Amino acid sequence: MKFDTPATNNPIDQLKVVGRPLDRIDGPLKTTGQAPYAYERHDAVRNQAYGFILGSAIAKGRIDAMDTAAARKAPGVLAIVTTLDMPRLEKGPMNTASLFGGPEIQHYHQAIAVVVAESFEQARDAAAAIRVEYVRQPGRFDLAAEAPKAKLVPGDSGEGSGAPPEERVGDFEGAFATAAVKLDATYTTPDESHAMMEPHATIAAWEGDKLTIWTSNQMIAWGKRDLAKTLGIPAENVRLDSPYVGGGFGGKLFLRADAVLAALGAKAARRPVKLTLTRPLVANNTTHRPATIQRIRLGAGRDGKLTAIAHESISGDLEGGQPETAVSQTKLLYAGANRLTSLRLAVLDLPEGNAMRAPGEAPGLMALEVAMDEMAESLGMDPVEFRILNDTQVDPEDSERRFSQRQLVECLRLGAERFGWSRRSATPGQRREGRWMVGMGVAAGFRNNLLMKSAARVRLDGQGVVTVETDMTDIGTGSYTIIAQTAAEMMGVELGQVRVRLGDSSFPASAGSGGQWGANNSTAGVYAACMTLREAVARKLGFNSAEAEFVDGQVRSGNRSVPLGEAAGADGMAAEDQIEYGDLAKRYQQSTFAGHFVEVGVDAATGETRVRRMLAVCAAGRILNPKSARSQVIGAMTMGVGAALMEELAVDKRHGFFVNHDLAGYEVPVHADIPHQEVIFLDEVDPISSPMKAKGVGELGLCGVGAAIANAAYNATGIRVRDYPITLDKMIARLPELA
Amino acid sequence: MRPFTYERARTPAEAAAAAARNPGAKFIAGGTNLLDLMKLQIEVPSHLIDVNGLGLDRIEATPEGGLRIGALVRNTDLATDERVRRDYGVLSRALLAGATGQLRNKATTAGNLLQRTRCPYFYDTNMACNKRQPGSGCSAIGGITRHHAVIGASEACIATHPSDMAVAMRALDAVVETVRPDGTARQIPMAEFHRLPGETPHIETALERGEFIAAVTLPPPLGGQQFYRKVRDRASYAFALVSVAAVVQRDGTGRVALGGVAHKPWRVEAAEGELTRGAKPAMAAILGGARPTHENAFKLTLAERALASVLADAKG
Ligand SMILES: Cc1cc2nc3c(=O)[nH]c(=O)nc-3n(C[C@H](O)[C@H](O)[C@H](O)COP(=O)(O)OP(=O)(O)OC[C@H]3O[C@@H](n4cnc5c(N)ncnc54)[C@H](O)[C@@H]3O)c2cc1C
Ligand code: SF4
Repeated sequence: MKFDTPATNNPIDQLKVVGRPLDRIDGPLKTTGQAPYAYERHDAVRNQAYGFILGSAIAKGRIDAMDTAAARKAPGVLAIVTTLDMPRLEKGPMNTASLFGGPEIQHYHQAIAVVVAESFEQARDAAAAIRVEYVRQPGRFDLAAEAPKAKLVPGDSGEGSGAPPEERVGDFEGAFATAAVKLDATYTTPDESHAMMEPHATIAAWEGDKLTIWTSNQMIAWGKRDLAKTLGIPAENVRLDSPYVGGGFGGKLFLRADAVLAALGAKAARRPVKLTLTRPLVANNTTHRPATIQRIRLGAGRDGKLTAIAHESISGDLEGGQPETAVSQTKLLYAGANRLTSLRLAVLDLPEGNAMRAPGEAPGLMALEVAMDEMAESLGMDPVEFRILNDTQVDPEDSERRFSQRQLVECLRLGAERFGWSRRSATPGQRREGRWMVGMGVAAGFRNNLLMKSAARVRLDGQGVVTVETDMTDIGTGSYTIIAQTAAEMMGVELGQVRVRLGDSSFPASAGSGGQWGANNSTAGVYAACMTLREAVARKLGFNSAEAEFVDGQVRSGNRSVPLGEAAGADGMAAEDQIEYGDLAKRYQQSTFAGHFVEVGVDAATGETRVRRMLAVCAAGRILNPKSARSQVIGAMTMGVGAALMEELAVDKRHGFFVNHDLAGYEVPVHADIPHQEVIFLDEVDPISSPMKAKGVGELGLCGVGAAIANAAYNATGIRVRDYPITLDKMIARLPELA
Repeated sequence: MRPFTYERARTPAEAAAAAARNPGAKFIAGGTNLLDLMKLQIEVPSHLIDVNGLGLDRIEATPEGGLRIGALVRNTDLATDERVRRDYGVLSRALLAGATGQLRNKATTAGNLLQRTRCPYFYDTNMACNKRQPGSGCSAIGGITRHHAVIGASEACIATHPSDMAVAMRALDAVVETVRPDGTARQIPMAEFHRLPGETPHIETALERGEFIAAVTLPPPLGGQQFYRKVRDRASYAFALVSVAAVVQRDGTGRVALGGVAHKPWRVEAAEGELTRGAKPAMAAILGGARPTHENAFKLTLAERALASVLADAKG
């Protein structure tokens, strides 16, 4: 089905099942431990052996020799494959670092061997007995030091945000020079780790030259393609199965070493092999959100209207890598005639930087929305009003292009009212409650909506049970449930009549989970397949498909009514289709918007910042399931607290690695850090986005949160910290004298 | 984890004797620290002596009016004991500020005292570390040191001791009771129990090889107001950047021990006379001679301000 004109009325608009706050259909399985994650698929294949990956002890250089003799003799060892056994393997188009093969070391904890043994403990123990001779080379590990050498490059996060190397509209320099009120500030964000609960894990089994992997991956079709390419085997010989994913946040978008080395280990041991990345490998072997240095210049007239906007970002990555697209939202968020954005990339020898939840916007808004707060203060304006004044309903770079929907102003207004924004003191450092200095902050949230082809197959059996099959993944987001809701709505059955099977590469290829595109596109694919099935059913019954109604488990036309199961017959029926998109995304700018409001307390003695209240008002198209959408948003807000206040991969600039590579050292928010969180979804349907009229919310919930917290901390204390995370050591010297 | 043998001891003397027989042996209590370190091959005992069955899980009154805490008393049980909550508030609060409910249910009194540093380089076996591998060097010096010691450190090691409980016990002048491999018992005051790193950061306590902790005794209650102020980057489940254990009497005199600043709970009795003059002079005396790194110099200000807020709370 090609979607190239705005959606009109369709069966989804009935909203009998879609749009309701239904419990997750996979909830009971997950809460009772019966949803097996990759490492727990004990029944998937017999005779599983255990693999353990050895990571490089140096960040840059070469391996001269590896002595595996002792390890091979260790108890239980079945096979050892080292990186010297093969040339550097091919890699997928989105991977920067090679995952295995050859003597060259590109980053710390690069996989250099896999040991397969009868038990996990034996494999781990033997891996420690491998002796490696390295030749070290000096590396580039310090972003600030390399920044002056950074080159202008274009960026495309692959997840919805992108920007050319440099983009100019009007005359930024001229307008900035003459602006009545100006800001020129530099902000930094650190490297961050996805730190998902379930580390990467895979079980691999070969049958002849056919390979099956049970794994944890967000993008099944990419994984299949890239695993085949990496191993040099035909894609049709590879099957991936990933029905449950314990979080990914972008860390499982691409093929990683777990899948490759499980496959190589299984081949060498001639047995199925299961392995998982250890926590340290999650930080240093996989990908992370790269650190940024962002300079923002804003110029405005005394009336508060922005006349000049510049946002220039520098980040680093391995040779051949990508920049963090931190400036992309700045192209679209506010009006202003004279604009400049640029992206620069420094070459670093740290582990690979790549997509993490809302790549681009998440760190970009952490800078831009603090700059807006600083500018509002310089102008003597309320930060909510300042943003509203500079709203735009068209793409500021192309006034012909309207937003399909843009309710940023409504988000901010409603949020201000609900949050009690009027009680905020415009002068910082005014409100004190016991030991806490209390302040409020606001930020706009912005994230693009992406359209991706997505396919599904829908089966109908003689009992009227509808089964959906698609390689879409549920990474904890609720895909199972919204897909079931979609199919139930389309086929006119109860939710309980729908079965959903996901994550298997033998199913039709979906959009997958990334860039907050999963919900809208995967359900639109199911919509397309259901439409095709409805036509087939109507045809079979001799009904006019335009008139046939699918309601209450029946197909009706005129005064005829046939139960669905009967219509399907004993053999059942099936249909497969996909949603594909025309050029609506070119003609309209499709984005999602939020207003984030936060109240924090800062301990007057110690500078510890703790969040007290949070509110997100989101405008993101039709909300398919307010309950799971809320879960997405509060999870994202929680991630925003981490980014603002504690998360930082600490770079050892001598050895070139992330030092705090476990969950004791890399702190993410715990329950005690997260107070009351409220989420409001504005009523919105976006007929430009898809037949579902929905957009994404999973990343929107993060975009802007960090800045709202930073602004609240400033409002509480009068101390502006421009280097994230805002930890107490950056405040303490400027805290008020104690009595 | 290296393969190891395992036995269950039934009496403290048996445990000590078993340790004497097996040079590579370690005791295992809750296992919450030891097992993690064994998995990473930072600890490689060839033999484990399980001491959970020794019956040392009681808290008893001493004739002197204090408490004798069995070595195997779980952190949760110690923190919630009525007598501890009433008479040794600083200890109860310190325990509850540590780790999580699940860990505290498992963690024991002796194990907590002997938990090892959280220096990230100690945890990465690719990095040189004098504590893990004597003589190999210290990777932390010149590296990431935000959490490291500001006082009492050496050229060989700048790690901190991560325990909260031990800081409170230091303020309370607790005494560690042990049984040596030859069966003899001794008492080690908390002040002498943990050592500064010096040239030998791998030797962390006054315990001899195979010496077994049987109990920790608390002297009679000190009265006063008792505080444990733990400052950290997140609200729970994080090690202290700085912690202040304080007992403050009505006349403003008192005791202070600090966590997160040194290789042991840091207390300078001679400085406590300054407490009545306020946090600034007191902390100047307590942390006199501190040599922080540029990443952790904030701890000096932080300790002073944390103490100031404790003293302000004491005044009410
Ligand atoms: C994620 C995490 C967070 C934590 N956070 C904190 C925190 O915030 N604050 C804090 O204070 N602690 C914290 N801890 C540490 C925790 O308190 C310790 O792990 C625990 O107290 C150790 O007790 P255990 O009984 O499990 O010791 P084990 O792991 O069993 O043993 C530790 C050591 O003590 C030795 N040992 C045990 N019993 C005896 C005995 N009777 N005689 C002689 N030697 C003995 C063992 O041989 C071993 O060397 C945390 C731990 C974890 C894993
Ligand atoms: S500070 Fe101590 S524990 Fe840390 S690396 Fe140095 S020697 Fe090892």
